[in-house]
Amino acid sequence: MPTKIEKDAFSGRDTTGHEWDGLKELNTPLPKWWLWTFITTAVWAVIFCIFYPSVPGIHGYFKGVLGYSTRATVTADVAALAAQRSQVLDKIKDVPIAKVRQDPNLMAVANTAGRIAFANNCQPCHGAGGEGRPGYPALAADRWIWGGKLEDIQQTITYGIRSGHPEARQSQMLRFGVDGILKPEEIASVADFVSTLYGKAKPSPASAKGAAIFAENCVACHGDNGEGKREVGGPPLKGAVHLYGDTREAIIAQVTNPRMGVMPNWNARLDAATIKSLALYVHALGGGEN
Amino acid sequence: MSDVMMDGFVGTHAPARAVVYNDNVVKKFTIATIFWAVVAFLVGVVLALELCWPELNLGFSFTNFGRLRPVHTSGAIFAFGGSALFATSFYIVQRTCRTRLFGGEAMANFIFWGYQFFIVMAALSYVMGYSQGQEYAEPEWHLDLFLTVIWVSYAVVYIGTVLKREEPHIYVSNWFYMAFILTIAVLHLVNNVAMPVSVFSAKSYSAYSGVQNALIQWWYGHNAVGFFLTAAFLGMMYYFIPKQAGRPVYSYRLSVVHFWSLVFMYIWAGPHHLHYTSLPDWAQTLGMVFSIVLWMPSWGGMINGLMTLSGAWDKLRTDPALRFTVTSVGFYGMSTFEGPVMSIRSVNSLSHYTDWTIGHVHSGALGWVAFVSFGALYYLVPNLWKRSGMYSTKLISWHYWVATMGIVLYITSLWVAGIMQGLMWRAYDQFGFLQYSFSESVNAVHPYYVIRMLGGLLFLTGALIMVYNMVMTVYSSTTERREV
Repeated sequence: MPTKIEKDAFSGRDTTGHEWDGLKELNTPLPKWWLWTFITTAVWAVIFCIFYPSVPGIHGYFKGVLGYSTRATVTADVAALAAQRSQVLDKIKDVPIAKVRQDPNLMAVANTAGRIAFANNCQPCHGAGGEGRPGYPALAADRWIWGGKLEDIQQTITYGIRSGHPEARQSQMLRFGVDGILKPEEIASVADFVSTLYGKAKPSPASAKGAAIFAENCVACHGDNGEGKREVGGPPLKGAVHLYGDTREAIIAQVTNPRMGVMPNWNARLDAATIKSLALYVHALGGGEN
Repeated sequence: MSDVMMDGFVGTHAPARAVVYNDNVVKKFTIATIFWAVVAFLVGVVLALELCWPELNLGFSFTNFGRLRPVHTSGAIFAFGGSALFATSFYIVQRTCRTRLFGGEAMANFIFWGYQFFIVMAALSYVMGYSQGQEYAEPEWHLDLFLTVIWVSYAVVYIGTVLKREEPHIYVSNWFYMAFILTIAVLHLVNNVAMPVSVFSAKSYSAYSGVQNALIQWWYGHNAVGFFLTAAFLGMMYYFIPKQAGRPVYSYRLSVVHFWSLVFMYIWAGPHHLHYTSLPDWAQTLGMVFSIVLWMPSWGGMINGLMTLSGAWDKLRTDPALRFTVTSVGFYGMSTFEGPVMSIRSVNSLSHYTDWTIGHVHSGALGWVAFVSFGALYYLVPNLWKRSGMYSTKLISWHYWVATMGIVLYITSLWVAGIMQGLMWRAYDQFGFLQYSFSESVNAVHPYYVIRMLGGLLFLTGALIMVYNMVMTVYSSTTERREV
């Protein structure tokens, strides 16, 4: 109920007559453009709802006259891209991997597919250039655990390492300390010996003791001189790259209670031609063997 | 609305009776607002730094990005924004109802200390790793229950004050504040229904699973934006713009129509957060169309704010506090246009999951919520502490320009970063392979993250200028009010 309507001198409008703490309101009508835009959006909303899936019911929903569906749209997009990719991937699908490498045209395909597959799937663990990081083997260096030939790499990517796949590469280091196979002082002297393999320590009486223990317990997997054994996945100990660290403490920790990484079997996620491309790409990173 | 004239009071003819308002609680919340502003902005800058150089989390679990982020978001929305709303709503409701706060001093103090306790406990629980994992609703069940008690008390005090008002009509600000209080109560209760693992465990499981959980979460999340950060701050704007401008509100009718259309439309718009997810298409469509129809109801507030300045635009030259309030309405208009645009499914397919969303949120949070609060604070502090004015008008100007530059750097850098991310993620080469890897898109946005961090740093600097100005206003002898 208006109480004291005044005329605002500036706008020429009446106030509503109310006042709160000195605040008043003008009785300005709704701006026309505002009202019409509002109505237009509302009308558009109704029309849009006729064309697109909108109103829910008990046993389903109104599908809209266009029959649009986000799922169908995405499925079609994904299928179209897969079809486009298969035009080039099919060229290398049935060609033996060594042959692909000899054909520059096929290698162009493999590099394109391999580069992006590597960046989106492998890079988080192995690094952008395959340089590796603690716990994750380098791919660009000549330090292969399971072999660096094209077929070896392809095999590793396809089935993974300790991935749970029946074809996965398997190796298991014994828990020398935790299971009481070696005493702590024996493990310490093994670490002293292993340190001499890559020049971290000079031979000493302790390392000589370790050499004997090494010969009894470690050579089966790591080789007589710690050069590694690829057929059983025994990592080389001689080189400068150590997955879990090259300090004496790190060696003791690894021998006592070994860490063993897992690589997924990528055949669950990537098609065979993409894996082939990946193997060629990784092979060319700098560590590939012939 | 009651048209009954109370106590023989008729409009402006009534003799001015001296009502003693409870400004004590308003002062407390004002101090809390300023304190939490600095905390929230500081944590924001720390997080922006962590995004540029992740090593800066120093490797501690409690400085990890995932744990600090809710401290920033809750700090900005609930601690800073919430305290600003408590302060201004208690200030405004008493003056526009011309009556002292309902419930007495004790209840008001309970709300203040209870709410601050909730904030501190929530922040501590985040850094200790406790979270429901629901955005903007991270506190676990025991804190949710505690907040419910505080919120119900707030509703009782606020609505009680409106009911015992000495004015025949309810001022527009109070409609917005009441819509905010009621809706937040409903959102909070429904979204947080959870079963604790045990009475002694902080861990609980939500009553909703899968896509239902997502839908309810974004019904909550979107309306936290709609009612906490939009409706309630419109209530603030509707008081301080006409006050500072000394002009009547442009259109009463517009305020009625845009109020009801805003509160009706907003509540349906949440599903636009879930485009291209397992949420059924019909719900996505409805979320999108309601968001677009929401455009004009949102802009009603902007029109009413800006047009109220007709006849008083010259005051912008002399009153930098008014500049904050008016600029906030500008940012409000921009982000309430940007929001509906981003809710369009095909636009969303580009913008979703990118930093464009973060930029959008901050054009609202920094440009609208924080700026309208700064405008209100510059008005409130000299009034509450009975000073002749702010200590330094020049420093308000400095705050304004430094903060504005900060916002501009912040939102433009994230527009570029976000659109670039969206385009990189969907780029294919001529064979159908992805053109860029995800990590390449992370590298590409790094420079923009640095610019964003600098923007945030400027915004924080502005807030620190404000703190200095506020402290000097209260303590300096130059702002003592001379008796007339």
